[in-house]
Amino acid sequence: MDISKEKMIDMYTIMNRIRMFEIRVSELFAAGKIAGFVHLYAGEEAVATGVCANLRVSDYITSTHRGHGHLIAKGGDVKFMMAELFGKKTGYCKGKGGSMHIADVDLGILGANGIVGAGPPLATGAALACQYLEKDNVAVCFFGDGASNQGTTHEAMNLATCWKLPVVFIAENNLYGISSCTTNSMCVPNIADRAGAYDMPGITVDGNDVMAVCEAASEAIKRAKQGQGPSLIECKTYRHRGHFEGDACVYRRKEELEAWKEKDPIPRFEKKLLDLGVLTPEKVQEIKISIKKEVEEAELFAEQSPYPDADELTLDLYTS
Amino acid sequence: MRDTPITESAIIGTAVGAASCGLRPVIELMFVDFIGVSMDQLYNQAAKMKYMFGGKAKIPMVLRTTCGAGIGAAAQHSQCLEAWFMHVPGLKVVMPSTPADAKGLLISAIRDDNPVVFLEHKILYALEGEVPAGEYTIPLGKADIKREGKDVTIVATAQAVHTALSAAEKLARDGISVEVLDPRTLSPLDEDAILESVRKTHRLVIVHEAVKFAGPGAEIAALVAEKAFDRLDAPILRIAAPFTPVPFSSALEKEYIPSEEKVIRAIKKVMES
Ligand SMILES: Cc1ncc(C[n+]2csc(CCOP(=O)(O)OP(=O)(O)O)c2C)c(N)n1
Ligand SMILES: [Mg+2]
Repeated sequence: MDISKEKMIDMYTIMNRIRMFEIRVSELFAAGKIAGFVHLYAGEEAVATGVCANLRVSDYITSTHRGHGHLIAKGGDVKFMMAELFGKKTGYCKGKGGSMHIADVDLGILGANGIVGAGPPLATGAALACQYLEKDNVAVCFFGDGASNQGTTHEAMNLATCWKLPVVFIAENNLYGISSCTTNSMCVPNIADRAGAYDMPGITVDGNDVMAVCEAASEAIKRAKQGQGPSLIECKTYRHRGHFEGDACVYRRKEELEAWKEKDPIPRFEKKLLDLGVLTPEKVQEIKISIKKEVEEAELFAEQSPYPDADELTLDLYTS
Repeated sequence: MRDTPITESAIIGTAVGAASCGLRPVIELMFVDFIGVSMDQLYNQAAKMKYMFGGKAKIPMVLRTTCGAGIGAAAQHSQCLEAWFMHVPGLKVVMPSTPADAKGLLISAIRDDNPVVFLEHKILYALEGEVPAGEYTIPLGKADIKREGKDVTIVATAQAVHTALSAAEKLARDGISVEVLDPRTLSPLDEDAILESVRKTHRLVIVHEAVKFAGPGAEIAALVAEKAFDRLDAPILRIAAPFTPVPFSSALEKEYIPSEEKVIRAIKKVMES
């Protein structure tokens, strides 16, 4: 697969945007400016970025509780994201959703989700809509290794193959569901090994290699659009932070984290792009400075935005 | 103790199966909000087996879980769903408000030969209180008067008990004597204790964090309307959450949760009659 230079630079930029956003969010959480449950995507940027590089606004994604990266990769604006995390009226969900429900349906994002395993049936339904309406769109479902053990995930994959729906299942295998290691929660080494049971193609890729993710997703999306049905792509990756902000993370060894940080997808891709001559050190600096500014502006916007008024509490429940 | 994969349907179903075959499982759901994933195993299987099988099966199991808003956990991690469980014949529903009650009720729940849903409000984990040492039980289906009073009865559950108690404290300064009754078990409900209190005070305010519409308070209000209507000096009032999901923003969440001010206003209103 040919990935253009522009696309590579785009992916590099998006990965950095996710990382810097997440790092700032972790600081703001520690400072008490952001409340609730916040699950950060730092370390896993290559997955959302590589997959969404193949999507258009009109394609759909379902996300997870760890959803900031998916939203940014699908085109989300960090300003409205930050405002949402602050619980402000100007946020993507008017402050009603917060981190765990952050979404912009206009961008084809059917939401982060507080329920593990809720996404696969929703993505399957989005794909059904695409098929039924004879659109050439696809739906992509991001879900974790933990979610891979929910009945809903199995039910959705089976149905999606029975109906040959244009959906791509992206398993983000970061080895843990909170504190439970995959070695205790599943008996096959790879989530993709289960694909055969649904008669769909399944592959495992290095989830910290954005190019590998991008290529695998491109194949699967092409297949889906040609009416050949769903695929399962497992991306092996690792989260740099605890399960949620505030997690002491006692269940993971420091050496394990250090080893994975060696495989950090961002410096790795940066080196590759520098070696290829796609980026220069100056351009790298320029990108990082501009994203830093973007995130600072987002924070300022969030800080200065008003909270929702009390009478908004009961709005937006039904469509009239 | 066993760790499980994320698989609530199998967690609850496995407990039901094991309980029907001689074990006495205690299972934990991190948040009551996840019950939807596994509801069938609870309400169609655990709750009905004994009855459907002509009384032969026995399902001694406890489902412990957390509920409630107040920490910015948003729509899918903050709910109070006790009314769902109350509506299912065959389940018992417990909702403690103090550490001592939690201990005594949990021991009873474990010893009970029926499926018990044990709802722990997450804000109450920070509450400290005297807990008797050693083993003791508090019977299921027995209410407790948390504060005696003669002018108004507040029936409140879980965290709302504490809201009611602090409202009662303030109202005492205005010369209003409030009785606070905590049913502790919502199914079976201690009807006698509630009726007795209302027959004494002649006024009833119900406070809970579940949604008001078709919430647990509706059952309590109906009970009093049916059996002690002639003893009431004022309409029954309910202070509960509005009919919406729980919002994330702290600005909205604090409007959502029944507040002390709202309780005080309700009490003053029933005192006018
Ligand atoms: C139905 C349900 N069960 C349990 C939880 C609690 N929970 C939140 S995230 C999580 C772990 C999810 O693990 P995984 O799918 O691997 O995603 P990761 O956090 O690793 O990205 C759990 C158990 C939940 N939110 N929903
Ligand atoms: Mg995981």
